[in-house]
Amino acid sequence: MSNKLRQYVDKLKPHFKKGGKLEKFHSVFDGFETFLFVPNTTSKNGTHIHDAIDSKRTMIMVVVALVPALLFGMFNVGYQHYLAIGQEVGFWDQFLFGALAVLPLIVVSYGVGLGIEFVIAQIKGHEIQEGFLVSGMLIPLIVPVDTPLWMVAVATAFAVVFAKEAFGGTGMNIFNVALITRAFLFFAYPTYMSGDVVWVRTGTTFGLGEGQVIDSYSGATVLGQVATSTAPAANLTGIIGNPLGFWDGFWGLIPGSIGETSAFAILLGAAILLITGVASWKIMTSVFAGGAIMAMVFNAIGPDTAAANFEWFNHLVFGGFAFGAVFMATDPVTASRTEKGKWIYGFLIGVMAIVIRVLNPGYPEGMMLAILLMNIFAPLIDYYVVEANIKKRLKRAKTN
Amino acid sequence: MANLIKTKRGLNIPFNGRPIEMIGNFTPSRDYALIPDYFHGITPKLLVKEGDEVQAGSPVFYEKQFPEIKFVSPVSGKIKAVNRGERRKILSIIIESDEKMTYKTCDKIELSSLTADEICAHLQEAGIWAFIKQRPYDVIANPTQKPRAIFISSFDSAPLAPNNDYVMSSQMVDFQKGIDALAKIAEVNLGIRAGKKTPFSQVKNAKITEFEGPHPIGNVGIQINQIKPVNKGEVVWTINPQDVLFIGRYFNRGIVDLSRTIALTGPSVKSPQYYQTVICGNIESIVKGNRIGSNTTHRFISGNVLTGTQVAGNGFLDPYTTQITVMEEGNTIHELIGWGMPRFRKFSMSRTFFTFILETKLMRKLFGNMKYKWDTRLMGGRRAIIMSNEYDRVLPMDIYPEFLFKAMITGNIDKMEALGAYEIAPEDVALCEFVCTSKLPLQQIVRNSLDLMKKELE
Repeated sequence: MSNKLRQYVDKLKPHFKKGGKLEKFHSVFDGFETFLFVPNTTSKNGTHIHDAIDSKRTMIMVVVALVPALLFGMFNVGYQHYLAIGQEVGFWDQFLFGALAVLPLIVVSYGVGLGIEFVIAQIKGHEIQEGFLVSGMLIPLIVPVDTPLWMVAVATAFAVVFAKEAFGGTGMNIFNVALITRAFLFFAYPTYMSGDVVWVRTGTTFGLGEGQVIDSYSGATVLGQVATSTAPAANLTGIIGNPLGFWDGFWGLIPGSIGETSAFAILLGAAILLITGVASWKIMTSVFAGGAIMAMVFNAIGPDTAAANFEWFNHLVFGGFAFGAVFMATDPVTASRTEKGKWIYGFLIGVMAIVIRVLNPGYPEGMMLAILLMNIFAPLIDYYVVEANIKKRLKRAKTN
Repeated sequence: MANLIKTKRGLNIPFNGRPIEMIGNFTPSRDYALIPDYFHGITPKLLVKEGDEVQAGSPVFYEKQFPEIKFVSPVSGKIKAVNRGERRKILSIIIESDEKMTYKTCDKIELSSLTADEICAHLQEAGIWAFIKQRPYDVIANPTQKPRAIFISSFDSAPLAPNNDYVMSSQMVDFQKGIDALAKIAEVNLGIRAGKKTPFSQVKNAKITEFEGPHPIGNVGIQINQIKPVNKGEVVWTINPQDVLFIGRYFNRGIVDLSRTIALTGPSVKSPQYYQTVICGNIESIVKGNRIGSNTTHRFISGNVLTGTQVAGNGFLDPYTTQITVMEEGNTIHELIGWGMPRFRKFSMSRTFFTFILETKLMRKLFGNMKYKWDTRLMGGRRAIIMSNEYDRVLPMDIYPEFLFKAMITGNIDKMEALGAYEIAPEDVALCEFVCTSKLPLQQIVRNSLDLMKKELE
């Protein structure tokens, strides 16, 4: 199989070389060839052997780590739908409904993002870089299921062009690309994105799941309820008025963005990232620590609002906190790059996320903004960490 | 008792083809080549022409900037050819050996009566100066600058590196003499492997420090950084332990004896072992007939797999090397879907391959040591730097390597200086280059930047 494929690729190759009739698509061909086969360029000078890891392998590990959250998200979309219309169906029906609802988002996200990357790589004459493999999977997981596809397409295009390629492509971006997509959606279509209607699909998906929404239905997310609550303690309920607690947030059968609801599925992904060493355990731990400590502070001495009284352990499992801590804050390109810096960077993300959640009445979810804000500060943190090393070196030179 | 310095940072790469401790027979090479490019940063001025007779130790060329630094013939014979390239650049000077090894004789010198300057003058005239390198810049030492100290690492921790204890135990008299000579110039620091019985622990006249840890702990640059880093405005000298023998022989016997024991190593060598030879020789007679798999394309490396230079199957050894490595080239391998396959025989420092589970103690007990398959492929495409904390894990220096490399890539000399470029040599970052997910040519980047700094600052 492998040999036949190789022969086929070798047969096509001359067409894409310089002077070939498909020269225009040389980057795209290259992209597919290196996708199929490990490139066999050998080192000419420098080290003669190389570690087997490359950026494709690294990115794929993150995508694999996202699979539990994705699968759970699909199931939950179906579960919430049938809950809303008051029908009882089996597991596979729920899953099928959710999968069909989520797949178009994935297709649009990858299609738009990779399409732009291919075109830009070709214009620049570069190899296609695989950074979007991860962003393209993150985007559908952090949007509400009822986000219109065209909005996702516009937001993705904006993020890839202005947050990534304008800075020089994979490895050069200052902001997390997937979060820019989410931020664009939020700020460009606020009335649509901040309401209570997008979190649960109440309509049909490809003709599946027809039914009337039951009377007591409300699509508000937990954080939405906390933010709008006038009482000093929010009364947390699910979409049909069922009471919710910490464990509901942990297992994740609640309304919310597709991949963000289940802390459990996210922790499975975190385990994969930490075992493979792709993500920094320092950032992950310090985000959770920062969030927990700041929320405890608010619990103890904060204003008497529902948001400030929202228990610290609930802060960690509801909304996008866990997802952001595990998959967004740990993006190596936009995070701090020094080990000391990572502790500070992660801790401040946790703190900022809770501060925004509690003190900002307009926007119930603080994680996205906290990470984007710290993306700006990451180079500054690194600057001071590295500056300490420089000062030490100067001092050493002077004392001699 | 010697000081002990330990580090966990670094990486021992499991690479097979370690030499057995035996000296192999072979027909010595007929041709020897002095290749000026191997002496980085010099401009050669010829002292001989084609057809001239030379003795072992006769000067062949000198350095333009410091004419007192001579480069000598390792053998006696005849200048066979002077090969020139573009703009008459000297590519190589081929010396055909007469197989008699007549040495250029000089009077036996009494070391104790010499001053530091006289010792330097002797080394420059004898052609041994070329083996003394300096930090900063990792070039042949500038004779006008006094070193703060001289650093020697008695062991080589690179993959399949020769065991200096074995190679040099019978030559400790010469080694001690070389140390005595160097100690008259500046304080000598000798790094030795901790927890091992080694003849180097008995060396006098030197400050001995023990080192423990994975490669690159044997690199002298790492040892300098751990003992006392090079500051701006300072110069330290470094010299390979086998090259200290040249100095010792010179002061013991009054001849320039550039013979050396080198190790033939690597997965493609039938019987990896040691050979007694002279520097700059042709490798053909050593590697021929001692290879596995005649159908595969092999790569011959003068040096180890991390820092060595690729040479042809009948190419010449570089003057500093103590090792030849032969391995598979691998440019015809097409590996399907590398990002998704388990790839059990591929080594990675990261834990993104299953091999990391098989490398655990329990698995090794059950299944034995992993046997990896190596070739010279980059294993991926070149990218911008994406992952962080990769370089730091294999560079046991008080330096932020990623930030230094970025300063180097952007040619920012002030930043390079501030971030520790004076302390570093290309060989120190070889492991960084090995583990780099983005496949950046870091040794080349460091080399070019050091050259740039030297040009701008001197």
